Amino acid sequence: MHDMSTHPAQHHHTAPTSFIRKHVFSLDHKVIGKQYYGLALIAVYIGMALSWLMRLHLGWTNLAIPGLQWLSKTGAPGGVMTPEYYLQLMTMHGTIMVFFVLTTAPFAGFGNFFLPIQVGAEDMPFPRFNMMSFWITFVAFIILMTAFFVGDGPPLSGWTAYVPLSAIGAAAGPGQGLGQILWAASIATFCIGQLLGSLNFITTTLDLRTRGMTLMRMPLTVWAWFITSCMGLTAFAVLLPACILLILDHVAGTSFFIASGLVVNGALVPHSGGSTLLWQHLFWFFGHPEVYIAIVPGVGIVSHVLITNMRRPLLSSKVLIGCMATLAFLSYVVYGHHMFVSGMNPFSGLVFSFPTLIITIPATIIVLIWIGSLYGSKIRINSASLFALGFISMFVSGGVSGFFLAQPSLDIYLHGTYFVVGHFHMVMAVAALFGIFTGTYFWFGKMFGRMMNETLGKIHFWLTFVGTYAIFMPFHYLGFAGNVRRYQAFVDDYLQPLIPVHRYITVAALVTGAAQLIFLYNLIHSRFWGPIAPENPWEATSLEWITTSPPPFDNFGGKHIEVFHDPYQYGIEGSTNDYVMQNSPEQIHTERDEK
Amino acid sequence: MAKFFAITIVVIAIASAIPIVMHMWPMPQDISVHGPLIDEQMADTMAEAGISFLAAQFILAAFIWMFSNRSREAKIRRFPGGAMGLVIAAVLLVGTEVLALGVFGTKAWAAVYFTPPSADAMPIQVQAGQFAFYFRYPGPDGKFGTIHPDKIDEANENFFGLDLTNDPAAKDDIVAAEMAIPVNKEIHLLMHTKDLGHSFYVRELRVQQDFVPGLDLSLHFTANKIGKYEIVCTQLCGLGHYNMKAYLEVMSQDDFNTWLKQQAANQ
Amino acid sequence: MATTVHEPPKIGPVRGAKTARGNGGWNLVPADGDLRVGERGSPPPASVGVWVGMAAITMSFAAFTSALIVREGASSDWQHFSLPSILYINTVLLLISSFTLELGRRSVARVMSRSQDQAKAPPLWFYVTLALGVLFVAGQYVAWLKLKSEGLYLATNPSSSFFYVLTAAHALHVCGGLGGLVRVIRKLRRSDLRRSTLDATSYYWHFMDVLWLYLLMLLWSKM
Repeated sequence: MHDMSTHPAQHHHTAPTSFIRKHVFSLDHKVIGKQYYGLALIAVYIGMALSWLMRLHLGWTNLAIPGLQWLSKTGAPGGVMTPEYYLQLMTMHGTIMVFFVLTTAPFAGFGNFFLPIQVGAEDMPFPRFNMMSFWITFVAFIILMTAFFVGDGPPLSGWTAYVPLSAIGAAAGPGQGLGQILWAASIATFCIGQLLGSLNFITTTLDLRTRGMTLMRMPLTVWAWFITSCMGLTAFAVLLPACILLILDHVAGTSFFIASGLVVNGALVPHSGGSTLLWQHLFWFFGHPEVYIAIVPGVGIVSHVLITNMRRPLLSSKVLIGCMATLAFLSYVVYGHHMFVSGMNPFSGLVFSFPTLIITIPATIIVLIWIGSLYGSKIRINSASLFALGFISMFVSGGVSGFFLAQPSLDIYLHGTYFVVGHFHMVMAVAALFGIFTGTYFWFGKMFGRMMNETLGKIHFWLTFVGTYAIFMPFHYLGFAGNVRRYQAFVDDYLQPLIPVHRYITVAALVTGAAQLIFLYNLIHSRFWGPIAPENPWEATSLEWITTSPPPFDNFGGKHIEVFHDPYQYGIEGSTNDYVMQNSPEQIHTERDEK
Repeated sequence: MAKFFAITIVVIAIASAIPIVMHMWPMPQDISVHGPLIDEQMADTMAEAGISFLAAQFILAAFIWMFSNRSREAKIRRFPGGAMGLVIAAVLLVGTEVLALGVFGTKAWAAVYFTPPSADAMPIQVQAGQFAFYFRYPGPDGKFGTIHPDKIDEANENFFGLDLTNDPAAKDDIVAAEMAIPVNKEIHLLMHTKDLGHSFYVRELRVQQDFVPGLDLSLHFTANKIGKYEIVCTQLCGLGHYNMKAYLEVMSQDDFNTWLKQQAANQ
Repeated sequence: MATTVHEPPKIGPVRGAKTARGNGGWNLVPADGDLRVGERGSPPPASVGVWVGMAAITMSFAAFTSALIVREGASSDWQHFSLPSILYINTVLLLISSFTLELGRRSVARVMSRSQDQAKAPPLWFYVTLALGVLFVAGQYVAWLKLKSEGLYLATNPSSSFFYVLTAAHALHVCGGLGGLVRVIRKLRRSDLRRSTLDATSYYWHFMDVLWLYLLMLLWSKM
């Protein structure tokens, strides 16, 4: 492998001068990163508002929500949500959150901003592709949003869009005509944006590392983004054809997914011969790597921030990198665990369950490395480190429910229940969100030149940490009781005693949601009036901390950076500080070289 | 704040465990022959998951408590065994744990899927469609009439699209909106969907299986407790998904015979 | 914690890179005679990038392939038909275009090893390649017309559906390659062409060949 790059990034462009070139159609990876982050910020508040609407309806089915009728006259007459509109809002909640928040912020947002800086490059190698990747993602978001305002609204088939519900068109239900087509078009567009982004990430990592920056000297965040982009490249490349085939079934009369002899709404569906399970195979082949795409950047960010706030490196960075890579690799061979009761060959069920159980091992090792590194360290408490430590707790909580779902015999009972919803919210949604918060509190100063308010950050942390546990732990109990998911109301006899639990969850969700407004306020206020950020407020060692806050347009002001050490030289006794910057020629030796 | 954080983690961990330990919202009692295998697997998994969960959260909390707010002169210490020790521990402990779960779990899975229905299992067909389940018994001739999708006529209650004039096998089929079965009798459930994906879920029976358009799927099970249970749909199928259900009545053989005769008379 | 000190790792001077890049890397045999020189230092981003892109495209066509195989087995309605014979002519055209592209590359390299002025390198072979590529796409369209005249449309049958989808997807990517060729020609005439750009575009074009051969084989065996 080419260990040492001698490629100073040929800087393809001079500093932009016009407003449009500086802030709108920018080739600068830092601006693109902020644009992605901004898009994710808008998306997460929309997604959260949708979750409030869902939770209100679940707690009180006939509640008139004031104003909802202006979003949709047919979907919420008098503000009371119809059954189909609940499913439509649910579909949009999942789609927006998974794609435009969890895939966007930790990976495209922070990764675009910091990957080149952390490897000592001036920019990414294909800046125009990079700019295109953001704007294509933005267009995908707009396409998705228009689904709210067309005909009978957005699709109701869930973010998983199982066929034939999602393929046969308007006859299957409200939103299944134009709404579903817009959904598929949006996701297909999103895939293209992600592929262009992954292209830049991979090439930057392999090619644009500065002098002395060997692969093993890259920070863990870079490894995480690199591994994630390898997954993204292969996973999104499969989702794109799947969406194309779905659109064709809708508009071109093909029958890729639609079987014969279906009678919907009293009429025979004019398609035949298609394979229902084909969609599930294609979707989950993408879908399982996707959830690791959502979480691996968080693993990298949390490691990076923890190390700085523990004042010592991890017990072994190599092991952590190996675990992230193993997770990525295994993610392709476990996808069938979403299909245990799907009618797939039951023998396949066993085949998929074993790697699913095995994947616990690298995940456990990651947690153990973190916890083992905390031992004997010097933990500093601030908003960033609180969220990083909270990530560990969340990842454990969300992960252990995986023990159950990995086993097909238990999945017989738990599939399709709130147990699954609790599992993925904790291990993916909340944990990844904690990763985003960790990165934000840690890097905000560097990105915007002003520090976030620590007091507000800590309040935000406490409310969110306790709040998300309060919301999502009960999901598991509901699941054990057999509470089925994707129900807009609970009419079955056995569900009646569970309704008070849902009401409690709704209250917890509204309170925790309100706490997120503190974060929004902190972001906006700090952006304009926060204390000026020094170059290295956290006494950290990686390359983003040797440049100004924010960095100049070519990242290092024309200086050629040379790197002499591994990225996490903390706890150095022979040195004046307890840390040594990665580009410092100071000669040191640490015991961690024993890795 | 660090110590408060550590305490919070411990409190949350214990609070999370309480509803499980106190059986506040337990699984309903199992009424099937293959159920105990699943329940045993569930209990084993709960024990292992529960211990792992509590141990990890407690140790995390302990280390946060112990290693925050240390003085500047405090020495950085290395966890005994280092990374390699942890890797080996994880591979051995977690590896054995999950392999054990996996291996023992195959028994429960095999009991459901790898054993064929016995020759004298009673065949019942269930058809799922937006948004109801209908059940069909073959009648005295033991044969199901052919399904003709183009003949489905809900208004005239021809839910399965049977050709009652020309198909002899269809003439004695018994169609009902609820499912009744005799206790302790193996049932061979043939699953057919009219329109799109649905799923058949009975909590107490420990049975769940999707209906797949284009695929002939079947399940077999034996209920061993008389009672009335709910069959609910667990595969998102449209706006009426939440309301798609039917009752399963497990009766004595005599009661079942009476029930079936009544249904036949109502066709 | 150890306090011993040792020398920081020495970064050796990377000799060859500057030489290899000094004249844009056009020397097939570098000035100092050392063929390994070009290998030191990492490859230019365009080369890595094109492999990354090809990996993604391969995954997409793998997904289409598995969809085809599953769909064929899902039902007994797969209708076989004979492939329009123009497809074979198109194949030959595409293969020749790869050959002419290589001729173009070598002629540029020959000119560059003798002088610095790229504009002296005639873009003739690139124009030929471009023309052959356009003919290929046009020929694919003719193949579609042939199928339509036989009553085989996109939705007629799963086999025809996949025929159209696969050939259209490939043709779309070929058009991307055509765009790349146009860019190469324009840069060549402005003496602005980097070797890595030419290489990347060429690899992509050859990949379109290989991909087409694979698709042709798939179609031939399945249709």
